[in-house]
Amino acid sequence: MESGFDYHIVFHSIPFLAKGMVLTLVLTVLGIGGGLLFGTLLALMRLSKVALPVPYLGKYLSLSFLAGTYVNFFRSMPLILVIFWFFFLVPLVIGQEVDAFTSVLTAFIMFEAAYYCEIMRAGIQSVSMGQASAGQALGLTYQQNMRYVVLPQAFRNMIPILISQAIVLFQDTALVYVVGLSDFLYSADIIANSENRLMEMYITVAIVYFAMCSWAQFQVGKLQKRYAHE
Amino acid sequence: MNETTDKTNTDGAGMIEMSHVGKWYGDFQVLSNCTTSVKKGEVVVVCGPSGSGKSTLIKVVNGLEPFQEGTITFDGISVGDRNTDLPKLRSLIGMVFQNFELFPHLSIVENIKLAQMKVLGREDDEARNRSMELLERVGLTDQRDKYPAQLSGGQQQRVAIARGLAMDPAAMLFDEPTSALDPEMINEVLEVMTELANEGMTMMVVTHEMGFARRVADRVIFMDEGRIEEDCTKEEFFGGERGARAQEFLSKILTH
Repeated sequence: MESGFDYHIVFHSIPFLAKGMVLTLVLTVLGIGGGLLFGTLLALMRLSKVALPVPYLGKYLSLSFLAGTYVNFFRSMPLILVIFWFFFLVPLVIGQEVDAFTSVLTAFIMFEAAYYCEIMRAGIQSVSMGQASAGQALGLTYQQNMRYVVLPQAFRNMIPILISQAIVLFQDTALVYVVGLSDFLYSADIIANSENRLMEMYITVAIVYFAMCSWAQFQVGKLQKRYAHE
Repeated sequence: MNETTDKTNTDGAGMIEMSHVGKWYGDFQVLSNCTTSVKKGEVVVVCGPSGSGKSTLIKVVNGLEPFQEGTITFDGISVGDRNTDLPKLRSLIGMVFQNFELFPHLSIVENIKLAQMKVLGREDDEARNRSMELLERVGLTDQRDKYPAQLSGGQQQRVAIARGLAMDPAAMLFDEPTSALDPEMINEVLEVMTELANEGMTMMVVTHEMGFARRVADRVIFMDEGRIEEDCTKEEFFGGERGARAQEFLSKILTH
């Protein structure tokens, strides 16, 4: 390794790093969006009293139990293992190639949904029973009541913790290097090794992660203050 | 479910009919053998000590609370029938809660518009116009774009009444509408309710406001331990033809 801090290598690698950052952000945004959607569905299942008949056994399986099992299962698994499954095992099971991007995105969504489910469940339970009663009394159906009365309030109560979870995912997307995808960190790593500039690249990456996460944390703080006023 | 668009066809007959209604929370019986009826245009005040089941009595009318025994019909529709479209039935009955329960994430006018649009299918303009008419009626037009938390308790409860009226209900249920209010705000809410009663709205009102009962009620129901102990005209109730339990209750709340 050469001595001295070489700024030039950092500047020259900006276009390459930016491409990596785009992948990191795309994975984060799609992972959060999909995870939130699926997680909300899981949360509604966990809170529901509906049971499905199991064919031939004459027994009933509650949606709440199914969702609870899913959540506990995924929360017991290391994220990297889930990524391995979707990349290495799922193609074997379905007998079809799956590209790296699709497989890691699916892994992120399935994994994050388990966490978002618990966050959403707490959020829904934080909305008072009286609010749901008021919506019901006006003639809203269960679905309308959830959509227009309960969930908007649940989301709002949960915004800070949802963003914190998003920050964690933003960092966790760095794990995609194991399937050979060039996200921000892996792009920097490629340059670091090919140019033998480990210090420059690893410090740059750290600064960028730090700056972006600090900015997001700052936004959480601002939101919390705003809602505290209302 | 029967069509109930014609809200004027029930003269004489009970708009709300309860017959031998029983309700349990686990082993604990909250309502036992409750039978009464409320005619169209009648104002019935329900009172009684706390835990007597008076709130539950009005919450079973629109099916917010299920009951296990007896029958309830509203305008001929059976509330306990599994085939009854409960959301549709509830849209015919306005309800006002002790804690207002305005939707905190919506502005005042949006609070009143929401169910008009989602339940009655009114267009945005129509719902807004109706909301503004009702806000004018409760004297709060200038608050239309504020959020519930920016209003006083009395103002919030008046908005809650407007929100219920926006559905053009056939009857209104009030669950202790002034119990969570500071004393100086109680009258502004009672005035709106009195006006409503004078216009012929069918009302069931759970309240401790005996002055309101004296002025506005047609009948008074007194409940104790889940039972309807007294069900009589206000003249009979306040004229002394009440039982010992009701007498004891009244003297407790009127002595100070």
